[in-house]
Amino acid sequence: MTDLLVQALVEMKEAEALQRAKQLLGDGVAPLAILEGCSRAMETVGQRFEKGVYFLPHLMMAGEMLKQISNMIKPLIQEQKTAGKGGKVLIGTVEGDIHDIGKNIVVFLLEANGFEVHDIGINQKPAKFVEAIKGFQPEVVGMSGLLTLAFDSMKKTVEAIEEAGLRKKVRIVIGGGVVTEKIKDYTRADAYAADAMAGVRLAKEWTKRG
Amino acid sequence: MKERFLEVSQEADRRQQERFQIWLKGEGIPFADERAQAAYRERVTLLKEAIQMKQRPARIPVCPSAGFFPMQNAGVTMYDAMYDYRALGKAWEIYHRDFEPDAYNSPMTIVPGKVLDILDLRLYEWPGHGVSKEREYQYVEAEYMKAEEYQDLIDDPTAYFLNVYFPRIFGSLKPLTAFPFLPPVNEIPMVPPLAMPFGSEDMKKALKCLAEAGEEALRWRAAVREIGGRIMGKGFPSFSGGFTKAPFDVIGDSLRGTRGVMLDMFRFPDELKEACERLVPSMVKCAVGACTASGQIMPFIPLHKGADGFMSQEQFSTFYWPSLRKLIIGLVNEGLVPQLFAEGAYNDRLETISDIPKGRVVWWFDRTDMKRAKKTVGKVACLAGNVPLDLLCAGTPEEVKMYCKDLIDAAGVGGGFILSTGAGIQGSRNENVKAMIEFCKEYGK
Repeated sequence: MTDLLVQALVEMKEAEALQRAKQLLGDGVAPLAILEGCSRAMETVGQRFEKGVYFLPHLMMAGEMLKQISNMIKPLIQEQKTAGKGGKVLIGTVEGDIHDIGKNIVVFLLEANGFEVHDIGINQKPAKFVEAIKGFQPEVVGMSGLLTLAFDSMKKTVEAIEEAGLRKKVRIVIGGGVVTEKIKDYTRADAYAADAMAGVRLAKEWTKRG
Repeated sequence: MKERFLEVSQEADRRQQERFQIWLKGEGIPFADERAQAAYRERVTLLKEAIQMKQRPARIPVCPSAGFFPMQNAGVTMYDAMYDYRALGKAWEIYHRDFEPDAYNSPMTIVPGKVLDILDLRLYEWPGHGVSKEREYQYVEAEYMKAEEYQDLIDDPTAYFLNVYFPRIFGSLKPLTAFPFLPPVNEIPMVPPLAMPFGSEDMKKALKCLAEAGEEALRWRAAVREIGGRIMGKGFPSFSGGFTKAPFDVIGDSLRGTRGVMLDMFRFPDELKEACERLVPSMVKCAVGACTASGQIMPFIPLHKGADGFMSQEQFSTFYWPSLRKLIIGLVNEGLVPQLFAEGAYNDRLETISDIPKGRVVWWFDRTDMKRAKKTVGKVACLAGNVPLDLLCAGTPEEVKMYCKDLIDAAGVGGGFILSTGAGIQGSRNENVKAMIEFCKEYGK
């Protein structure tokens, strides 16, 4: 039923995808079935990204299409969205850095993969991360940064999390810009993600139930 | 319309020779003594031979991207460097004295804060204005141009910038929305409409702001020239002269923004391509003007949105490369040596970007595999790069030397190579920067 929608989404055909979603709704297809189709499409898009067939613009476009279809459908869904089956991720850009494009893509992909994401925004002090961890109780903490100044901010944030006694409760992944494996060691994070999908993969692995 | 910027002109060689001569001569540079002048010429020759690829230079030149490192090294805050030109000069002088790279990095990117204040620039946050006084300035991502405005940009880029873009990015220049269209002003009835907008109080205020900003910018330029003279006079030729950008980045960085331009590749492909083409002549002229004024040869061209991962190879060949190649050819035809600073990795692009005339371009890489680069684009262009920042910031001098050794072995064979860094070296440890420069001077012989 939703196959043609899925195909349009996967092939980045925005106008067609929106048209098909509208059509399906008009035909009385259950909103949740349409959303489920969207998830399937996003999975394929993610796979193509990992294979190097798709790149950031495709992820951006997929996010854009998904957002529009969700906006169309959400008012029609009665029940609350079930809590993210993929676990909880806290994410933010570290102190001194105001960049967020990469972070926003990671947030979109995490949500598309069923994670509950709390995005605390840009230029966040270590104390803000600590406070947010206490409140949100995530399993995974993601720190983003584009500039070399982020190295020390990430390091200080990891230290602050340690000092607050929360280090063992979370797994920390860093990413963005000039971050590398070496900086993972420098900041004493648990992992470094080279791109958005790698971040999602890590989060999945770390939050595997049972 | 006549196609331009596709072929290398017959004048290109002669013009390049002339510009190299001017650079080598360094007329107007207040050399400290004969030794300094000799050192200057020796360094220009190293760079020239690396660029032209006709012979191996006596040694591999080492020219890191100073970025904001000189301030950190001199204990000067970012705020001071942008607001106190003496502090800027001090930091710059100490850096070149302490580290002795093979070229002078002009502080042209350490722009005067007061000018930004007066114009109320919205594109960036800068020290004391959105970021702390210790931090570097940072770009604020947004859609400063709307998707439906492509046709206006294509019709008349200058009018679009004056009437639409400037009022958005400069708080003090909002009245420029009333700036008159110029092409109709060629007959007597059009003279009053030309003059009218300039009579309004708002416009007068905006023009006064521009004049004030201009005066401050001139003070800054005088200071920067003086700093440049002092440092070049000690034997360091300027590495970059002037600044321009790939047309796609003009649109993707600060007009439509990253998100905007990525979506436009799907939604408005024809408009995006046409707009890129439309910007080529302006981007050529901007670099030619600056290099001619300063007697330098390499316009600095930071490349952003065409990196691996930022688009597919097909998108690169469709949207990014055609207008960038035209920019390159346009500059080469003027005798300039485009300095293409490819941030991120360019491994997927190496074949495509090899389609350039030999010995006229510097491809300056960041995370690109230099072995592969040498085998491809390295056959036609001088390579520069690519000591990584994570190593300089968090590694040891021994690790840095090992990296430089492998790098020189891979990319330095036969010359055609300038050892440099993949990005501005702020955050680096002093001992690592020193190790990089000293090791290259020794091992690169």
